[in-house]
Amino acid sequence: MSFADIKEKLTAKFEKLNLEYSSFRDNDRVIVPPSDLFEILSFLKTTFCFDMLIDLSAADYLHLQGATHRYGVWYALLNVENGERLIVKTHLDDPDPRLPSMYDLWKGADWMEREVYDMYGIEFDGHPDLRRILLPDEFVAFPLRKDYPLRGMGERHNFQSVIRSEA
Amino acid sequence: MPLNLADAIPETSSPEREFLWTLNFGPQHPATHTTLRLILTLDGEVVVHAIPDIGFLHSGFEKLGEHLDFNQYVTIVDRMNYISPVSNEISWHHAVEKLLDIDLTPRCKYIRTIFAELMRIHDHLVCCGAAALDLGAFTAFLYAFNLREKINDISEVASGQRFHPSYTRVGGLLCDVDDVWITKVRAFIKLFYAAYADLMKLLQRNRIFVDRTRGVGVLTKEEAINRSATGPIARASGVTRDLRKDQPYLAYKDFDFKVVCSTEGDCYARFLVRMEEMVQSIKIITQAIENIPSGPINIDVNSKFVVPNQMSVYRSIEGLIQHFELHMTNRQWETPKEEIYAATESPNGELGFYIVSDGSGVAYRARTRPPSFVHFSLFPHLIVGHQISDIPAVLGSINIIAAELDR
Amino acid sequence: MALEFLKDNFVVTKLDYLASWCRKYSLFPMPFATACCGIELMATGASKHDISRFGAEAFRFSPRQCDLMIVAGRVVMKMVPVMQRIWQQMPEPKWCISMGACASSGGVFDTYAVVQGIDRFIPVDIYVPGCPPRPEQLLQGIIDLQEKIANTGTIFGTEFGKRNVYEGPRPLSKFLSPDQSVQAPANFRSSTRTI
Ligand code: SF4
Repeated sequence: MSFADIKEKLTAKFEKLNLEYSSFRDNDRVIVPPSDLFEILSFLKTTFCFDMLIDLSAADYLHLQGATHRYGVWYALLNVENGERLIVKTHLDDPDPRLPSMYDLWKGADWMEREVYDMYGIEFDGHPDLRRILLPDEFVAFPLRKDYPLRGMGERHNFQSVIRSEA
Repeated sequence: MPLNLADAIPETSSPEREFLWTLNFGPQHPATHTTLRLILTLDGEVVVHAIPDIGFLHSGFEKLGEHLDFNQYVTIVDRMNYISPVSNEISWHHAVEKLLDIDLTPRCKYIRTIFAELMRIHDHLVCCGAAALDLGAFTAFLYAFNLREKINDISEVASGQRFHPSYTRVGGLLCDVDDVWITKVRAFIKLFYAAYADLMKLLQRNRIFVDRTRGVGVLTKEEAINRSATGPIARASGVTRDLRKDQPYLAYKDFDFKVVCSTEGDCYARFLVRMEEMVQSIKIITQAIENIPSGPINIDVNSKFVVPNQMSVYRSIEGLIQHFELHMTNRQWETPKEEIYAATESPNGELGFYIVSDGSGVAYRARTRPPSFVHFSLFPHLIVGHQISDIPAVLGSINIIAAELDR
Repeated sequence: MALEFLKDNFVVTKLDYLASWCRKYSLFPMPFATACCGIELMATGASKHDISRFGAEAFRFSPRQCDLMIVAGRVVMKMVPVMQRIWQQMPEPKWCISMGACASSGGVFDTYAVVQGIDRFIPVDIYVPGCPPRPEQLLQGIIDLQEKIANTGTIFGTEFGKRNVYEGPRPLSKFLSPDQSVQAPANFRSSTRTI
């Protein structure tokens, strides 16, 4: 099943959506609207047997020249039988960025979605356990957003020190 | 939606569940090797529910990747999976080179391949040795670490640093290898088989080791695929995917080696897969070390991608200009404004980098696809129904590296 | 004569000296290994470098049984309360080695999550530079610590009581302008209980 086939079938199935396709080096990409993401991904999973979710992550396009949306989330899929890969990408915007959770399709999405939530604050509807994963629960910022400074807001030194004579 | 950890812990105070109790495991515990924490709900000694709590080593690698250029970031990537450092470098520069469309020189490809395989052996030695240590086999650990020292010596000869060599550069390597290095690798190959046989003898049919690993933490093939497992863990469950064969990068096309698989999917199978992979790796090294092509290690300087060597910076105007261009923060590399995902087969599984480039020499977003992170999410699933003493066996067999887990 | 017989079996020394001499050759390290340096710490314990030549090979994973904390690797926000708690759980007399650039100063990780040197939060006796320090370097650090114990140790540990001021560098948050810094809730109760 080549990229051309996938393109053809996807376009036939989702005529109304005008999906965008692009290829760069060996990466084949489909850019889809977030509202139909779940349908498209489950169609890809059942029809083309993309049974492994290799990667799921996001980027913040705040300072990127020419970007039209704030966040992009990508799903890198792999067909384990024949090793074919496809990247599905979707774009989101700021107030209340949210996406459907892919936990029902791929269990592997569990932690990856939690990480995206932790780093970018994108919420996933239907995720069974959406908490912060890497940062402490009490942390308030989303550190990989572009408006968060590299050295943080001073959180890293917000602890008491232990003096030698005390302990 | 539970918002913090306390909400996620199952209730154990109600009368019908009062036989359950909660145990906190970690974050500083010898069996966790580094830093991770588990909150276990136990019925007697049997684990009924496990909540991993990670992030105790989250140090912002990905944020740093957005501030350091392609050659600087290699020092950070090094520290990600710290028991196979050069694999990470190769993977990172593999992604960068794909973005820039660079085809490496044959010599560079061979040297990188040898390093990648040495690191695979390094990783598997530390993993198997430490797993054995957790199960009480201290001697096996010493044997494994002894062999590992030799690999560190090899990277020290090549780059000057024994642990984090930062050896690759965009389009080539830090410096060429010499005869001493080749002699060292040859000596290592000779030594390997004997040490490997010792290690095998100590563990393979060791009654305690086998009893504690066989049938423990079984991962079925469907689960492995659905939960995104890759590398030795997936291969031990019968997923026959190996990027070295699927999308042969570097020089893997030239070598004769096999992909090691098993169908059991338990801790013992994962141990055996790792041990056999070492043999395959040494096979690759043996073929590669005798056939290293001559020629330059870096691609042509005129391509504007590689840092010229000291000689040409001092003696030629082109070299000087090129050096200046790549080191001025407002110039550096010219990259296409694109996004790319590229992955290599690191010892632990598929290590991928997703680079979003804004046209400059610094990645706009450098996402790592960390195998440890994905594999640790399997853990609660693997441990449920087993006893608390099986935790070190399962943790050791999935080889969690905290720095890669938390980044 | 009885005294004649005992002549060769007397040693006259200071009690402080004797206690320090005993302590310095029987260090029980607590490997607080968080990152890459932890692997080098393991290598120091393994056969080639063999830390037991210096009497410090008995790694204990329970803080109650240790008197030397080796912080090997970077310590991040979520880990600081854990580290302090472990330090406080160790019985006196105790010492701390900060192994590696990350533990001593943050190293290459000047990011939002990594604390810039553990000496801001717990007292440190010996800093071992390197990224990672070679095992030889760590051994040198242990020898230096032994020397320090020999020179300053007292039997009742009074030298620790004299160190009653903050010993770390100036707090980094001073260098941030007020609009850049925000007071995050530091009660990270999910990581550990507050001290
Ligand atoms: S000092 Fe270097 S080797 Fe040690 S933990 Fe930090 S980065 Fe790793």
